[in-house]
Amino acid sequence: MTDYEIVIGLEVHLQLKTKSKVFCGCSTAFGAPPNTHVCPVCLGFPGSLPVLNRDALKLGAKTAIALNCRVEEEIKFDRKNYFYPDLPKAYQISQFSQPLSRHGYLQILFDGKEKRIGITRVHLEEDTGKLFHTQDASLIDFNRSGTPLLEIVSEPDMSSPEEAYLYLTALKSILEYIDVSDCNMEEGSLRCDANVSVRKKGVKELGVKTEIKNMNSFKAVKAALEYEAERQIETIGSGGKITQETRLFDSARGVTEPMRSKEESHDYRYFPEPDLTPFDFAKNILEDVKNEMPELPGPKRKRFMSNYGLSDYDAAVLVSDKAMADYFEKCASLYRNSKIIANWIMGDISAYMKEHGLTIDRLNLKSEYLTGMLDMIDKGVISGKIAKSLLIDSIQTGKDPILLVKEKGLEQITDAGQIDQAVDQVIKENQKIVGDFISGKQNAVMALVGKVMTKTKGKANPRKVIEMLKKRLKGEA
Amino acid sequence: MELNKLTAHELRGLLDKGDISSIDISNSILGAVEKKDKALNAIVHFDREKVIERSKASKGLPIFIKDNICVKDEMTTCCSKILNGFKPPYDATVIKKLLKEDFILMGKTNMDEFAFGSSTESSCYGPTKNPWDMERIPGGSSGGSAACVAADEAIFALGSDTGGSIRQPAALCGVVGLKPTYGRVSRYGLIAFASSLDQIGTLTKDVEDAALLLKVISGHDSMDSTSAPVSVPDHSLKIKDDIKGLKIGIPQEYFGQGLDSDVKNCVLKAIEKIGQLGAKCEKVNLPHTEYAVAVYYIIATAEASSNLARFDGVQYGLRAKDAKAIIDMYKKTRAQGFGDEAKRRIILGTFALSSGYYDAYYLRALKVRTLIKKDFDDAFRKFDAIVTPTSPTPAFKIGERTQDPLTMYLSDIFTISANLAGIPGVSVPCGFTKENLPVGLQILGRPFDEETILKIAYNYEQATEWHKKRPDL
Amino acid sequence: MAITKDTVKYAANLARIELSEKELEHFTGQLDRVLEYVHKLEGLNVEKLAPTSHVMDIKNVYRDDIVKESLPASEAIKNAPAKEGDLFKVQKIIEA
Repeated sequence: MTDYEIVIGLEVHLQLKTKSKVFCGCSTAFGAPPNTHVCPVCLGFPGSLPVLNRDALKLGAKTAIALNCRVEEEIKFDRKNYFYPDLPKAYQISQFSQPLSRHGYLQILFDGKEKRIGITRVHLEEDTGKLFHTQDASLIDFNRSGTPLLEIVSEPDMSSPEEAYLYLTALKSILEYIDVSDCNMEEGSLRCDANVSVRKKGVKELGVKTEIKNMNSFKAVKAALEYEAERQIETIGSGGKITQETRLFDSARGVTEPMRSKEESHDYRYFPEPDLTPFDFAKNILEDVKNEMPELPGPKRKRFMSNYGLSDYDAAVLVSDKAMADYFEKCASLYRNSKIIANWIMGDISAYMKEHGLTIDRLNLKSEYLTGMLDMIDKGVISGKIAKSLLIDSIQTGKDPILLVKEKGLEQITDAGQIDQAVDQVIKENQKIVGDFISGKQNAVMALVGKVMTKTKGKANPRKVIEMLKKRLKGEA
Repeated sequence: MELNKLTAHELRGLLDKGDISSIDISNSILGAVEKKDKALNAIVHFDREKVIERSKASKGLPIFIKDNICVKDEMTTCCSKILNGFKPPYDATVIKKLLKEDFILMGKTNMDEFAFGSSTESSCYGPTKNPWDMERIPGGSSGGSAACVAADEAIFALGSDTGGSIRQPAALCGVVGLKPTYGRVSRYGLIAFASSLDQIGTLTKDVEDAALLLKVISGHDSMDSTSAPVSVPDHSLKIKDDIKGLKIGIPQEYFGQGLDSDVKNCVLKAIEKIGQLGAKCEKVNLPHTEYAVAVYYIIATAEASSNLARFDGVQYGLRAKDAKAIIDMYKKTRAQGFGDEAKRRIILGTFALSSGYYDAYYLRALKVRTLIKKDFDDAFRKFDAIVTPTSPTPAFKIGERTQDPLTMYLSDIFTISANLAGIPGVSVPCGFTKENLPVGLQILGRPFDEETILKIAYNYEQATEWHKKRPDL
Repeated sequence: MAITKDTVKYAANLARIELSEKELEHFTGQLDRVLEYVHKLEGLNVEKLAPTSHVMDIKNVYRDDIVKESLPASEAIKNAPAKEGDLFKVQKIIEA
């Protein structure tokens, strides 16, 4: 296995978030009854003609800029000709000779090191309809036909399934930042095909590649690539040859298998789409879009490090999700210790979100609630331990932690009399531990602290408890 | 009075005065169709009851439509078996415009299958006959539209012109055929043959009707990206002005080998007449003319191969019954649904675009198209219009060229360049051969200057009697 | 020969048209003549010429992103040779 090198390139298809389709006015909304978001244009009826949706170009331009691509001066559309029942005109309007943009790149963090993955091209095209298979027939719904699709093609720059996974995560993060797509793999608004080949280390020429389709999550992409790379290495290792083919990933069995229906040689006969005119892309779209570009994850990570003194790792985690980064910044404007905010977001809050399958924008926790709670810890009103359960309580009830503390009487007991009473009782009830302490076991004091905390329902200020215990135990001795 | 023999502008006058009503015109047309069309076969989809119903509710004029223009819920088949039974769920933009002006849709006219041809012989409904000689073809592909107008089965009709499909049948049937500038009339709803060349136009009994109908169907359409954002002038107002001082080019390349001597004589006399009317006729060169047919048959078939790929039996039209796998269904459906000429052109176009041949054929053709267009750009710097024969020969015999595609393709030799350059052209009757077959004069103009060519056509027409001649049926 | 039977067969397959042996023979001959004629274009030097795909200089045509009314499903599928419910129906496609 280690004698071989894996070469991976990814093709991502992204449904753009326009209201209407790319060449007609039908809605792009997901989940409508079959063949109700269709018209002569997206059904490819004879005589119908396409007219380009300007917003699809805008979202394409945003993506190109975010992926550091060269945005082209003039763009054109071409027809890609092939027969398939989900393709109503038997050609797809796509871009071949003059796409939106080319020559970009994307940074990933692998093993703490930055790696640049090249983007070959980004182009705009139309989506196909959707096929359903019954026992003895295939059925077609054309609602999806004509939804704007962006194809993002990477260079074969990834050398492991893990890198491919990181590329997809980084790409999705950027796409969410610029708000061009829902990026939902399950609903199909983000789809990924992978090209993979292997070669012996030191060999310059690329090996024969296979194209893998039908992966419905990033994890599936990784799993499919792991399987496929291993299959190729084993095949070559045992003297076999790799066939250039399209293979489908079966996620249930975790294997890739050759696809049967597209045995055709790919002669797509691209030619300029005569029904659409050329477009001065940079001149007409770029100005609009430049003002709408948000700060992207890369620059934001650097800024988080310098402005808030966060570590590279913390900054990377926070900026990976735009909503999370925004949440962090809101909190940071209300509370001075950014590192503590980061710890809470990446720790307890992330754990809660993971457990409940939530994202931060759907989490019921106002930024001022979190920072208000942190203030209470600093002022000694509540203990860190109480804070952990208080946070969950606040999320679940949507109530201000300050209010909750008052309602439930969770303030720390700082009154010496009350703590004294508890300490008294604990010493009386735990003479064995007291004996251990006296006989020199310094750690035994912590056991007693725990007992006092239990007795005070966690509300006693732990520092005070230790102080008083030590004083009393010295007296015992 | 036989209303079916009148022109639209004459009938408009009578309607406006209240002397007649629309149903009178329709009845007259219905009578003519029922009497003559069994032999002529110009009309393929026609519903008597519907026509009467529509005519009663209208104050407008009746019009026939070529069978490749979509009319909502009406048979629109491009005279191909593969579109058997197809009723579009929408109206073409030109149909919407006609309906808005209260025109009465009479029915659909015969054509070469998918407009592939110059003789109307490749229709799945059988050939249309030439009303001047029933053994001859009417020209094509808009042969049905030209023949029904010539035979007074219609007042006027819409056609489409990709390489001469309006002008050539107009010439061969002795009527006026106008192909507007590319982009002048919306293509939305015209079932595409070659998208960069197709244009809807008119077949009428005289030039005034052509101007009148052009005004109705022209104009920018937001549904067609290639529709030109230009305003629609009312040509009928200006075409009656004289043509004194206009400069007219006579391209030498159009008068060489292959031009029938009777046709040549008629055209030369017509040019003389135009000179007498005050225009200055001079020689001009369009040096790349000889390449036009070759360029056309690569570009047009390449685009057609893609445009016709959608006829695959999935959503509409014919589906072969005995196929198990989808690929067999495609292949059998298209084998059964397309006629020979459609198959030839689809295969030729597919070949011209296929891997390894694209540069040698398709790309080269697009480049030579640049030269052909430049010939016209240069000529129109000096001339206001160019005058040529419309067709090198008069109507030929049915069956004469069906087995010889190349000779058939060369029938379009004088009309193709206008489509490649996107410029407007009109064919007007300019005489008869010794065998009493009509001859057409083609007038080509600058882009969006239909006015000048219609003005020349009108002045010439009014100075002659050719347009008043009708065949004896 | 400008075109061979194999090339015609290849193009016909790409175009999804079944040809009988007789048709193949026939079309190859006819297309060969047409392509021989087309070869006259080879006499021109086209190296420095820009291709003309659009004859009119129209550019930057677009529409705004506004949703328009769609067809009802019943209209969309009314011409279908085969359907099931509101879906178009074809031979079963087996992918894997």
